[in-house]
Amino acid sequence: MILEALERVLDDHCNSAAVRRIEAGDRAGPLWDTIEQGGFLDILQSEELGGAALPLPDLFPILECLGRHCVPLPIAQSIVARALVGAQATLPPGLVTIANRLQHTANGDLFCVRTPYGLLADYVLTHDGEAMLLMPCAGAERTCVGDPRNATATLTWRNVAPVMRFAGDEKDLSAFTAAMAAAMLSGAMQQTFDMALAYCNTRVQFGKSIGKFQALQQQLSVMAEHVLAGAIAAECAFRSKGLAPSALAGAMAKSRTSEAASLVAATAHAVHGAIGMTDEYDLGLLTRRLHDWRMSYGAEDYWNQIIGQQILSGSGTLVDQVRDI
Amino acid sequence: MGFDAGFSRALASRGWVGVTLPAEYGGANLDAFDRYVLVEELLAAGAPVAAHWIADRQSGPLILKFGTAAQKAFFLPKICRAEVFFCIGMSEPGAGSDLASVSTRATPKDGGWVLNGQKIWTTNAHYCQYMIALVRSSGEREDRQAGLSQFIIDLSLPGVTVRPIRDLSGDAHFSEVFFDNVQLANDALIGAEGSGWTQVNAELAFERSGPERIYSSIILLELWIRMLRQNPLGQMQAAKVGRMAVHLAALRNMSITVTAKLALGESPVVEAALVKDLGTEFEQMIPQLIEASVGVDAQGELEAELHRTLAYVSQMSPSYSLRGGTREILRGMIARGLGLR
Repeated sequence: MILEALERVLDDHCNSAAVRRIEAGDRAGPLWDTIEQGGFLDILQSEELGGAALPLPDLFPILECLGRHCVPLPIAQSIVARALVGAQATLPPGLVTIANRLQHTANGDLFCVRTPYGLLADYVLTHDGEAMLLMPCAGAERTCVGDPRNATATLTWRNVAPVMRFAGDEKDLSAFTAAMAAAMLSGAMQQTFDMALAYCNTRVQFGKSIGKFQALQQQLSVMAEHVLAGAIAAECAFRSKGLAPSALAGAMAKSRTSEAASLVAATAHAVHGAIGMTDEYDLGLLTRRLHDWRMSYGAEDYWNQIIGQQILSGSGTLVDQVRDI
Repeated sequence: MGFDAGFSRALASRGWVGVTLPAEYGGANLDAFDRYVLVEELLAAGAPVAAHWIADRQSGPLILKFGTAAQKAFFLPKICRAEVFFCIGMSEPGAGSDLASVSTRATPKDGGWVLNGQKIWTTNAHYCQYMIALVRSSGEREDRQAGLSQFIIDLSLPGVTVRPIRDLSGDAHFSEVFFDNVQLANDALIGAEGSGWTQVNAELAFERSGPERIYSSIILLELWIRMLRQNPLGQMQAAKVGRMAVHLAALRNMSITVTAKLALGESPVVEAALVKDLGTEFEQMIPQLIEASVGVDAQGELEAELHRTLAYVSQMSPSYSLRGGTREILRGMIARGLGLR
């Protein structure tokens, strides 16, 4: 039911025209207010806290739905941030994003690198190795990283203190953001695939739809395989009975979806031809996100290294470790 | 996958062959997930399970689903006791990827059938007592899928000649099988006359989606990991190990999803093709990535074992994406499932 309600809100306020408006700098539209006032940010919270007490597995399709709609605001991050803070405090209204790590320079400045939606957010939930912290973005210097439409920024604070401090395991934060980004990637990959398939069925060359050509059929089949592998790896991270995905499942979800993302983006462009390269056509909204989300919260090499180190430091067989996820 | 009839009988004596078959036929009444657990354990250990494998995985379930009461009563208990082993007669010299063009023919005669033709690339035919073959029983080559049927052929019958083919590793895994006026009883037909194509595809879903479509190179991978753990520089390969673990985990979950559909009695032909294509890519990636990591420093007993295994798996790995349908055929099936064909 929550999923259907969200789908309706996103169809109305997060269609490609709305996404483009927000990316162009107009974030005052109805999307955020509708989401916030509709209670969507509290869906994981307990009922005593006014939430919907949604179990983790049910969050997966919600995040996929956000991904399919190319969400241009930190809606997923705000949902996850509220869940991580839980009953410890009520987060202030406004856009809350998440950066896995708060670091400090030699002279004591604080910073969070490559923070998704860092250009737009009001607050960032992060971790300094000891506790979770809520940092105010108003007092931060925001340095755009990459394409400004993605709104990723490195945030630096000079003489600014956290707004709030919470208890929380750093591993939960990194596993949850990895799984969250994986689910959104999965949704965006499915949407990208659907566009490519639809295009192959309608575009006619040599007297027939280009999907009738074996060369394209084989490309779409491979694309479908990787979209499915990513979806299953991502879904697996949400099977946890706890508050957050397990560290290993989150890592695997992000690795598998990130690896699939570049193949999916490249194939979608290959089958679309020149029209896919235009600003006007919506494919670019999706494929830009596939690359951006692939890198956010750790790309595949990063997670593969961590997973591999853990396996090599262990003693059991690989099969046993994989079965235990 | 080694062939060891003694090992298969030892498993059978513990009730571990034909576990999904009903108890009245000597099976264990277990479901597809129970079998998955057992099969995964056997594969992960590199057990020599080839003898009973085909019967356990597909011939038994095929006979249970399409066989007459008499066929079930005759074959299934023997399968569960690992007394008889089955092979699958699909490819012919002129019918590989284009399976519907098989020309081996069963002609009705005197209430039975006369079989003429040839099968090739039949895995372990020279060790098996029975073959379930896809042959033409009516119509002509132009009729394609129509007019094909499956027959259970006793390979000891007069007119059957089985010749092993030596493969590039020096072993003989597959054979060619010749049929020269082989007299088959009427009950050699399994399922309905003319339904062979549908039956074969249902059967192939079992073949294509199981854990064996993921684990062909697993012994090599486990060996490599053991070696890396002993090597002070082993951590340099951590990202590669991690990537393989990630792929294995995703494939395993995909394969379990297909198993769930099989357990519900569905025939997830397209999903099985997806798993097989991606699974064999993973199986072939393992020897490639391990070969790429070989340096000049390490040596020891584990290294020697690794290199023997690597040499073998590298040579055999091209077959992973040939057997049970080539990569291109599988992708064509997926495209059909997507509505493109």
